[in-house]
Amino acid sequence: MSEVASTHPRELAHQFQTVEQQRETGRLGMWVFLVTEIMFFGGLFAGYAIYRNLYLSAFEYGSRLLEIKAGTTNTAVLIASSLTMALAVHSAQTGKRKALIFFLLITMFFGFCFLGIKSYEYLEKWNHFLVPGLRFAPTEVLPPGVTASHLELFLCFYFFMTALHALHMIIGLGIMTVLVIMAWRGKFSAQYYAPVEISGLYWHFVDIVWIFLFPLLYLIGGRY
Amino acid sequence: MAAEHIVPVKTYIGIFAALLCLTALTTGVAFIDLGAMNTVLALAIATVKMLLVMLFFMHVKYSTKLTKLAILGAFFWLALLLTMTLADVFSRNWTPIPSGWGPSVSAPAPAGK
Repeated sequence: MSEVASTHPRELAHQFQTVEQQRETGRLGMWVFLVTEIMFFGGLFAGYAIYRNLYLSAFEYGSRLLEIKAGTTNTAVLIASSLTMALAVHSAQTGKRKALIFFLLITMFFGFCFLGIKSYEYLEKWNHFLVPGLRFAPTEVLPPGVTASHLELFLCFYFFMTALHALHMIIGLGIMTVLVIMAWRGKFSAQYYAPVEISGLYWHFVDIVWIFLFPLLYLIGGRY
Repeated sequence: MAAEHIVPVKTYIGIFAALLCLTALTTGVAFIDLGAMNTVLALAIATVKMLLVMLFFMHVKYSTKLTKLAILGAFFWLALLLTMTLADVFSRNWTPIPSGWGPSVSAPAPAGK
């Protein structure tokens, strides 16, 4: 029995032969989940592509109503949070507990910054009567070829896609809170850090979704 | 047991700098009129950024072939979703939507005009 115990590390679950195999299984499992997430967002991107082509001028006009400064700042903030998340995983891999907690907290800070800027943008849309369904009455004269209902459709896509993205971030922040507590209690080591790594994959995925949402919503509406 | 591949911090910082440069580039390009190329460039830059995040931040470059295959599968299915849907929508002979009896939908006139 003692021989078995010595060859079977504490962090290794019974169904795995090696720690390496366990790590690979966890990674693959997370990637399979992310594949379903890609398809989930993919449907929205397909819908966006269809309606953008049908009502191009309304979508371009709507795109110009979005605040490009806020969008660009948020892109930079999210990229910074991806860097700190990667550094958190790095700290976990090298067994640095304090650095891991520090980088997780910084990542959460950037996450909250992003959501703060996003809330400001939502509030601006509310103040300008540009929230479809709830408070929609464009005050500016719409250019020819742009109808209010088509503009409303663009804003539906804008709100639904960004809100779904923000929901993913809120879930990510919840996951990171748990990670900080686990790290604080010393649950991770250079041998066992799978939850940190897998949550990192999730956070980077959310970053990638924004990397596509940003140009599609803010940039390709003819800003010149 | 094979040792884990640990990406050096320098690489992460380099990728971060590249991502910020590409963000500045894509925002800058949006203010120049390039016609249809605006959309193409914006999506091309976004794709490069995605690849940088995936390969280095998400360690895909150092992953096993099985993981890479799963990821390629995702892009294959996404491509199916997009091309099949768009091909159908844009090649179909749609029945025109009747405008109805009432006045056609237009923007509400601003107050005072």
